[in-house]
Amino acid sequence: MSASGPAAAPARRPFAPSWGFRLGALALLAYTAYAVPQLGLSLERLSVGFGEAGHFLARMLPPNFARWRLLVEGLLESLQIAVLASAIGIVLSLPLGVLAARNLAPWWIAAPVRGLIALCRSLHYVIVAILFVKAIGFGALAGVAALVVASIGFIAKLFAEALEEISMKPVEAVRAAGAGTLAVLIYAVLPQVASRFVGFCLYQLDSNLRNSTLVGIVGAGGIGGTLFAAFKRFDYDFVSAILIAIIAVILLAELVSGRVRAALR
Amino acid sequence: MTGLTTATGGADAAARGATGPAARSGPVRPLLREWSRFTPRQRLARWLVWLGVVAAVAWAVRSIDIIPEFLADAPAQMADLLVRMWPPDLGHYYPQVHTALVETLHIATLGTLLAFALAVPVALLAARNICRVAPLNWLAQLVLVASRSVNSLVWALIFVAVFGPGATAGVFAIAFRSIGFVGKLLAEALEEVAPGPVEAVRATGAGWGATMLKAVWPQVQPAFWGIALFRWDINVRESAVLGLVGAGGIGVVLNDAIDFFQWDRVATVLLAILGVVLVAEVLVNRIRARLI
Repeated sequence: MSASGPAAAPARRPFAPSWGFRLGALALLAYTAYAVPQLGLSLERLSVGFGEAGHFLARMLPPNFARWRLLVEGLLESLQIAVLASAIGIVLSLPLGVLAARNLAPWWIAAPVRGLIALCRSLHYVIVAILFVKAIGFGALAGVAALVVASIGFIAKLFAEALEEISMKPVEAVRAAGAGTLAVLIYAVLPQVASRFVGFCLYQLDSNLRNSTLVGIVGAGGIGGTLFAAFKRFDYDFVSAILIAIIAVILLAELVSGRVRAALR
Repeated sequence: MTGLTTATGGADAAARGATGPAARSGPVRPLLREWSRFTPRQRLARWLVWLGVVAAVAWAVRSIDIIPEFLADAPAQMADLLVRMWPPDLGHYYPQVHTALVETLHIATLGTLLAFALAVPVALLAARNICRVAPLNWLAQLVLVASRSVNSLVWALIFVAVFGPGATAGVFAIAFRSIGFVGKLLAEALEEVAPGPVEAVRATGAGWGATMLKAVWPQVQPAFWGIALFRWDINVRESAVLGLVGAGGIGVVLNDAIDFFQWDRVATVLLAILGVVLVAEVLVNRIRARLI
């Protein structure tokens, strides 16, 4: 595709033009030219928008921390949602991951469980949050439920994949010693995947924290609700304060989980 | 694999822990060494971690604002919702859902293209072997982190405030969210470029552009396509929800159906989203298998 063609060709040009690449670029350009008017994007709209952006930024500055009590309350609720969703998600992912691993469970169990996990993964957590808000009412419970679904989709999938890569020799050895299913799982399977499992869980805790700041937009509790309300009231200085707080919390969490992961390694 | 390494790591630490008492009791009685898996300090650390986890969960359970009545009738309500969704109103699919779905795909693709147009210069600035000015590296990294820390829905809220509701806001939200992801991965790929070809091309008298095109680009090309496909897949998922805050795409149709309590239509929209997400994933995997 690029300059590194087959070396065997006799009169090889060192920097041969790559027609595939040029055609691809041309196709992308053609697509852009086709799609931009489809979406109603136009230069004048963009220029008006960028004028508005200046206006918008001017109203966001300086950030207004006067209602910090509301801010802290929302952040704490987001944190609670993240912790609970991660805990429940981890507890549920353990058995689901084992049931989905094709080397540990028979196919007629593994296949439907894999389907369930794929379903959990393919719906965006905000959509799941909407459904839970409509089904079980506003508040943190819906947020927890939505993020549990997202956690299962991520942790159980990766856990099952890790389980499928284990060495079966310890499993056979422990089974030959007369151990039951549970003992085989605890003494032969889990030690092989424990540290990877902890890694997945930490990653998911991190991303649950990010997502829990957001599910409030659809009414599922946390700081997102406060943010959305501030947007709707055009309180842009409070919006910027909330955004700064969220970014600070996320960066802090990223730092901490990075440290923990490095310490585990 | 990592499981095995930690297991041996634990064994190493155990050996270290076991040599302590053995050294004190003298080298004469090596057989009386007691094997323990963790040193006391490790045991304490593990215990503290567990304590922290339990404390965090207990705190969350005790103080979270959950209404017990809601929790009690949650299963019944979920069942009710599912009954109302069945059967899906498939007649609603064409033309409304279909046009919205196409718009969603356009938002995702154009957003990805715009993201690459914006992220490539930032990545070039962020890669320390290409841009040698440290303050510029830091500035580029700051841009990437800022872009990644704001969620795409929040970017959508911001751009709806800037451009007004519609697909324009969606494209920009997707693009600005993707800059951080694409730029970070691209900068990492750029930093791994072997310096040999770069030096060789430069030694022939090539300028900056020619060096980039003929020495750097061939090396980062596989990573580039991989990142592009990966991000496009994510963007298809994300663009499906942008409509909830008014940024165009299928989310708008979903939001309307939910607001009118037309649950059979909601089911149709959800099925459409599910279908397009699965198709995108399969497509990306196919292309990736052929390209890389």
